[in-house]
Amino acid sequence: MQLRRTFLILVPYLWMLLFFLVPFFIVMKISLSQVALAIPPYTPTLDITQGWDGLVKFFSQLSFSNFQFLTTDDLYWRAYVSSLEIATVATAITLLVGYPIAYGMASAPDEWRPTLMMLVILPFWTSFLIRIYAWMGILGREGFVNSTLEWLGIIHEPLTILNTNWAVFIGIVYGYLPFMILPIYAALDKLDVSLTESAQDLGCTQIKAFWLITVPLSRPGVVAGCFLVFIPALGEYVIPSLLGGSGTLMIGKVLWEEFSSNRDWPVASAVAVVLLLILVVPIILFQRNQQRQQEAEQ
Amino acid sequence: MANPAKKTVFAPWDDTNEKPLITFEGVTKKFGSFVAIDDLNLQIYTREFFALLGPSGCGKTTLMRMLAGFETPTQGRITLAGQDIGPVPPNKRPVNMMFQSYALFPHLTVWDNIAFGLRRSDMPRDQIPARVEEMLRLTRMEKFAQRKPHQISGGQRQRVALARSLAKAPKLLLLDEPLGALDKKLRHDTQFELMDIQEKTGTTFVIVTHDQEEAMTVASRVAVMNQGKVVQVSTPDRIYETPATAYVADFIGEVNLVEGVASPNPAGGYAIAWAEGQAPIVSACDKSIAQGARVSFAIRPEKVRITPDRPEGAQNAMQGKVHDIAYLGNISTYHVLLPTGQIIKAQTANSRRVENREFTWEDDVWLSFTDTAGVVLTE
Ligand SMILES: Nc1ncnc2c1ncn2[C@@H]1O[C@H](COP(=O)(O)OP(=O)(O)O)[C@@H](O)[C@H]1O
Ligand SMILES: [Mg+2]
Repeated sequence: MQLRRTFLILVPYLWMLLFFLVPFFIVMKISLSQVALAIPPYTPTLDITQGWDGLVKFFSQLSFSNFQFLTTDDLYWRAYVSSLEIATVATAITLLVGYPIAYGMASAPDEWRPTLMMLVILPFWTSFLIRIYAWMGILGREGFVNSTLEWLGIIHEPLTILNTNWAVFIGIVYGYLPFMILPIYAALDKLDVSLTESAQDLGCTQIKAFWLITVPLSRPGVVAGCFLVFIPALGEYVIPSLLGGSGTLMIGKVLWEEFSSNRDWPVASAVAVVLLLILVVPIILFQRNQQRQQEAEQ
Repeated sequence: MANPAKKTVFAPWDDTNEKPLITFEGVTKKFGSFVAIDDLNLQIYTREFFALLGPSGCGKTTLMRMLAGFETPTQGRITLAGQDIGPVPPNKRPVNMMFQSYALFPHLTVWDNIAFGLRRSDMPRDQIPARVEEMLRLTRMEKFAQRKPHQISGGQRQRVALARSLAKAPKLLLLDEPLGALDKKLRHDTQFELMDIQEKTGTTFVIVTHDQEEAMTVASRVAVMNQGKVVQVSTPDRIYETPATAYVADFIGEVNLVEGVASPNPAGGYAIAWAEGQAPIVSACDKSIAQGARVSFAIRPEKVRITPDRPEGAQNAMQGKVHDIAYLGNISTYHVLLPTGQIIKAQTANSRRVENREFTWEDDVWLSFTDTAGVVLTE
């Protein structure tokens, strides 16, 4: 019995160790190394055959110089700030779009719900990359949006949407909408209709009852949805590189360029470590929210 | 004490000058093609404690929801104090409802739950705390004012829900199975508390229940419903003593129903032929029933005497065998098998200890009752 429980707890921890902590320490180590024209393209590499001396030499060569470098070039901190801005605005738009959809789903007749749920999840069945590519076709100068607007006579010159921050927002909202809808739907679905009815019975209009009862009681779902969108959006690479323009500065893109174009693995790793540190704050807040919600349900 | 004021009977329904607070005039409610409420007429008077009694699914909640404004009648109209409330939305009605699930707001404290309705009313801000305190005192929840609903027991939640719905001093309070979630003992105590609160506040209460005992305990009048129709509206004692139909007789308490054919007696009342070779049942019923009509004779078990020998001068007597005995502590119900195959229940108080009881299984016994003990029902 005791053994089984230990085993059950051990499995997720081993998983964490293997697929999160080990890779993290590898990246951490690279971020403390120096660029080198070699394979792999950095030094030092640990050579255990040299024993204790090798270990001492190895650690003496590690330094925080890459992190210092990040502070000297303002490209990096501007990219972090810009990523935070884009992720925040995109999360807000996703919430504004997602809440009404979740609300509509939760108030739909029971027999419709599986279908609506299906429609929300359906995009996951095709590759994220392909779906973002499709948006290039939709938003381009000769794309679907421009040709429709021109045909309707609303515009005469094609609008430049692709390769701007607007396209990035559209991409993030589109790509992460299900992560916003599902937790909000789950929270709204649990609400008893008699709660808003009794608010009306006590003198609220429908709108007031929505503000005073539905909104506060769906807050855990809203918070969960916002984190689920904000956290991946902050490090997003595919969307800004496919839909964004030269002016779109996001840390995921910077990281990729350091890594592939500049072949500077150590600086790229330092960028990644700082990104992770920035994300630790919202991740901890998210965990708190989940925990508090579970406690409230007990 | 020396000169007790003469108690006037509260019976506005018998007073032709009294105007009802609520009237249902030919109200029908359909969900799609399903008729939930069927051409219903009803009057409820101010300060009444009115109970809607009926089996699950007979339309009690629907009726309440129409009063609260969450459903609109498909046909007919409902008036409150003479005014048609059809077009009035729920938040504008002087009616409050205590929901079957209590529907307390989980994110608000007990205090804020009770204050919720007051804050939406035109009551001046500074008077709200006093009113909330008053409601807390009324329901004896003062100590729990700062708790959240999930931090109090089921019985306490029920009181908070009651306090919240009473806070705005509604003209009419609707209670949908308010005690359904409580255990039996607490239910009994709470029934008396409800009556007490109803009397103190002078509010008109409409309570929904499927528990006939509860309806009989608390209500000034009971409406027995079946499949969207009101079968009978009367005071608890009238409903019990003179049920209008066999359905009501059967629904309220225990009853023996004997089917037969009625023929008027020259001296008044009826003789009911109910089985070959058995003397007809004599009943002093003053309804007018056609000669040869098929009727049910209904008699409560406690009105049937059970004796070892044929009692002298009994108006109705029949012989049988004790088939079964249900011992309920204070009373016993004897199921007596008649030669005709019917079973008649007779109830007696257990004034002696069980071991010394007069009858036991398979004993030959006599059942007897007077001509006024039962009622003749044509439906
Ligand atoms: N919104 C609705 N849609 C369809 N049918 C309903 C609806 N509300 C109630 N009903 C039906 O109306 C009947 C009466 O319901 P209800 O008033 O809740 O009964 P009760 O409270 O007496 O148990 C039931 O058969 C129920 O299925
Ligand atoms: Mg009901």
